[in-house]
Amino acid sequence: MSTATTHDTHHEEHPRGLMRWITTTNHKDIGTLYLLFSLMMFMVGGAMAMVIRAELFEPGLQFVEPQFFNSMTTMHALVMIFGAVMPAFVGLANWLIPMMIGGPDMALPRMNNWSFWILPFAFAILLSTLFMDGGAPAGGWTMYPPLVLQTGNAFPFLIFSVHLMGISSIMGAINVIVTIVNMRAPGMTMMKMPLFVWTWLITAYLLIATMPVLAGAVTMLLTDRFFDTSFFNAAGGGDPVMFQHIFWFFGHPEVYILILPAFGIVSQIIPTFARKPLFGYSSMVYATASIAFLSFIVWAHHMFTVGMPLTGELFFMYATMLIAVPTGVKVFNWVSTMWRGSMTFETPMLFALGFVIMFTIGGFSGLMLAMAPVDFQYHDTYFVVAHFHYVLVTGAVYAIMGAAYYWMPKWTGHMYNEKLGKLHFWLSTISVNVLFFPQHFLGLAGMPRRIPDYSVQFAGFNEISSIGGFAFGLTQLLFVYIVYRTIKGGEKATDQVWEGAHGLEWTLPSPPPYHSFSTAPEVK
Amino acid sequence: MLVNKSKRALTVMAGMTALLGATGAAADYALNLTPGVTPISHEAHTLHMLILKVCFGIGIVVFGTMFISILRHRKSRGVQPAQFHESTAVEIVWTIVPFLILVGMAIPATKALVAMEDTSDADLSIKVTAYQWRWGYDYVDNGVSFISSLSTPKDQIYNKAAKDENYLLEVDNPVVVPVNKKVRLLITSNDVIHAWWVPKLGMKKDAIPGYINEMWFKIEEAGTYRGQCAELCGKDHGFMPIVVVAKSEADYAQWVADQKGAAVADQQAAQRTWGKDELMARGEKVYSSTCAACHQANGEGVPGAFPSLKGGAIATGPVAAHLSRVMNGKPGTAMAAFAGQLSDTDLAAVVTYERNAWGNNTGDLVQPSDVKAAR
Repeated sequence: MSTATTHDTHHEEHPRGLMRWITTTNHKDIGTLYLLFSLMMFMVGGAMAMVIRAELFEPGLQFVEPQFFNSMTTMHALVMIFGAVMPAFVGLANWLIPMMIGGPDMALPRMNNWSFWILPFAFAILLSTLFMDGGAPAGGWTMYPPLVLQTGNAFPFLIFSVHLMGISSIMGAINVIVTIVNMRAPGMTMMKMPLFVWTWLITAYLLIATMPVLAGAVTMLLTDRFFDTSFFNAAGGGDPVMFQHIFWFFGHPEVYILILPAFGIVSQIIPTFARKPLFGYSSMVYATASIAFLSFIVWAHHMFTVGMPLTGELFFMYATMLIAVPTGVKVFNWVSTMWRGSMTFETPMLFALGFVIMFTIGGFSGLMLAMAPVDFQYHDTYFVVAHFHYVLVTGAVYAIMGAAYYWMPKWTGHMYNEKLGKLHFWLSTISVNVLFFPQHFLGLAGMPRRIPDYSVQFAGFNEISSIGGFAFGLTQLLFVYIVYRTIKGGEKATDQVWEGAHGLEWTLPSPPPYHSFSTAPEVK
Repeated sequence: MLVNKSKRALTVMAGMTALLGATGAAADYALNLTPGVTPISHEAHTLHMLILKVCFGIGIVVFGTMFISILRHRKSRGVQPAQFHESTAVEIVWTIVPFLILVGMAIPATKALVAMEDTSDADLSIKVTAYQWRWGYDYVDNGVSFISSLSTPKDQIYNKAAKDENYLLEVDNPVVVPVNKKVRLLITSNDVIHAWWVPKLGMKKDAIPGYINEMWFKIEEAGTYRGQCAELCGKDHGFMPIVVVAKSEADYAQWVADQKGAAVADQQAAQRTWGKDELMARGEKVYSSTCAACHQANGEGVPGAFPSLKGGAIATGPVAAHLSRVMNGKPGTAMAAFAGQLSDTDLAAVVTYERNAWGNNTGDLVQPSDVKAAR
């Protein structure tokens, strides 16, 4: 037996069964944990959305009481944002960044383990509030005081679970930055990094900059409630609007945290299936950085109706409109990448194209919302609900699903079932538009968001939207089945998997070895 | 292939829409913002249409290019991929052109915003106070003052009765304003944040405790305009509508006179001693519009959230403590102070009602004069 083999077996020694997953410091194991956790939360949050759509199927109260309905909208948002979308991106970062930059693993493996294992506890705490006296938090995921201070026994649990999620995200972000800065293979200069790595690097900085702000805001809520401080209590000299400023200073960069990695994913997928290099690589990097910078100076566009001075409203309107420029650059670059390519339309490409079209629709409604004088009409209506679901579901979630199909053969060594994948895409795309497109009309006709019951004029489109919702929800069970089948078996995947794929991760075997690159690859 | 499929998808969607349209009786399928009835709402509508058209234009160019590419530049047609991957000139163009389009939209938006925020020279000022879950209106100029609550019966909400045309958009006391007068609202809140919004008036503003926000409107045609609270404010956020009735100046003056007369009658009524039956009858009315949202029509409350009044310690305990709780509320809970919202007579009636309804039979009567003494 050669020394090399002994060396290898030594490295392969790790606990088996459950202990493997609890003690693992391996980026692939942790990536898998993140992704499966995210899928589970996607189903939990989805079940809550089904309750919402069932209650809104027709006017009147049928299934749930208004307080529980408000809990559902609140928990749906928290679970989907912090439990489904963010962990999915961290999972993808874990799996892909070391392989893409030619490193063996993440830079801080033990912290990596910890940042994941905090999450199940955070969400166990959050979801346990459903069974508490006074019910789960019902003041909206934005937690505006004074309303959130009326939460029952669930209140401190809400605050602490948000703290835990924040700690987990910050540690994940530190790990990503340290890995990207230190672990790149020789020759992998910053401007050669795949766009997914670039977008995640920028996202990680956004996380580190804003998560502590959220933690501060919710801590002030906690002391207002239990220790008689008056940060946000007008009667004690505090200011309820101050909370909104602090919250959205976190909240707006947060929405880019939810979309920048998606931009990165789409920028990986489209060139592969167009068999043509990404158009405008450097402008993509600069556009991402500009969006990240602008995200810090637009927060009050969520608050046009709080009674800001005219100059404040004008500033935030102009700054917000400006974001359309770098975002437009990205969309134009994707379309130019496709132009005169040689395209095929496997499932990941379908999701990427769906992303470009429907994210752009969400971008258009975003531009409309940026215009303060009309926002007074759109604000807090279903138009807003339609807008952010277009950017988050057909944006972020579509990119994540595209990524899952794109890299699953690499991760598992098996091809997924292409027919089922395409079926999943088409059913999702039809149903998601039946679900969310009519919500634009509802908002323009004057239906406020976060209401359990509505006047009869809104009945028609709510019915259509609910049908789309149920169909979309059911379709995602197909996705779970496809993932399960692919993990279990399937046609053997080649190393390169896709004909047009470029990048270091495709030079590794499928599935890749436990430690991605034990010797650094050469990057030309 | 992709196009065929999306065509088929559209057909399916259209089919479903048609099918549902046949079943949804009272539903209308309004697609767009309406121009409304105020100068502000016209401006908002004009701007909305402008941006919508710009978005459609950009959409046609971008998606059109994309679809042409999807149709023509596919491997199945034997296309060899080009290898170009940058063009500084093109990239500069598509940075500058969108920027110019944005400037073109920002100019009218700025003008509209300046006009909307100009609340000076109002003909009439109304102070709007939001409560969980009703609106209070105080006419600053003529002293008219009332509370406006949802008037849709519970049976309609719980599907035990047919829903009428203005389901959830009807109130007991609408706001009445004269047409063609600049009305300024001074908006604040007594508890959590709410938002005052009537779509046809083209403006919404948050009601925030500790703040007095301003907005204005000038209604151009007489009529009834309906809206709702637009900021999540707790359990009954969906059940605090706003109804504005715009009347001619003469009709408005008549309405003000009527309101003042009613207020005088109410004050006189508060001087006399009331009998049990009339207190109970009035109390039930006040209870159902003010208290039942939390404590429920049967007085049993919601376990863990809102205490039961049926056999409750306060409702069957000392009268003074009960009255004080209703008037001053319980800080740190959803129990608001009602001293400022309800008249002496209403407070006396509702406390009497709570002490004698649902088998609480304490036999206690609270008179308006008792409330006055307790203030």
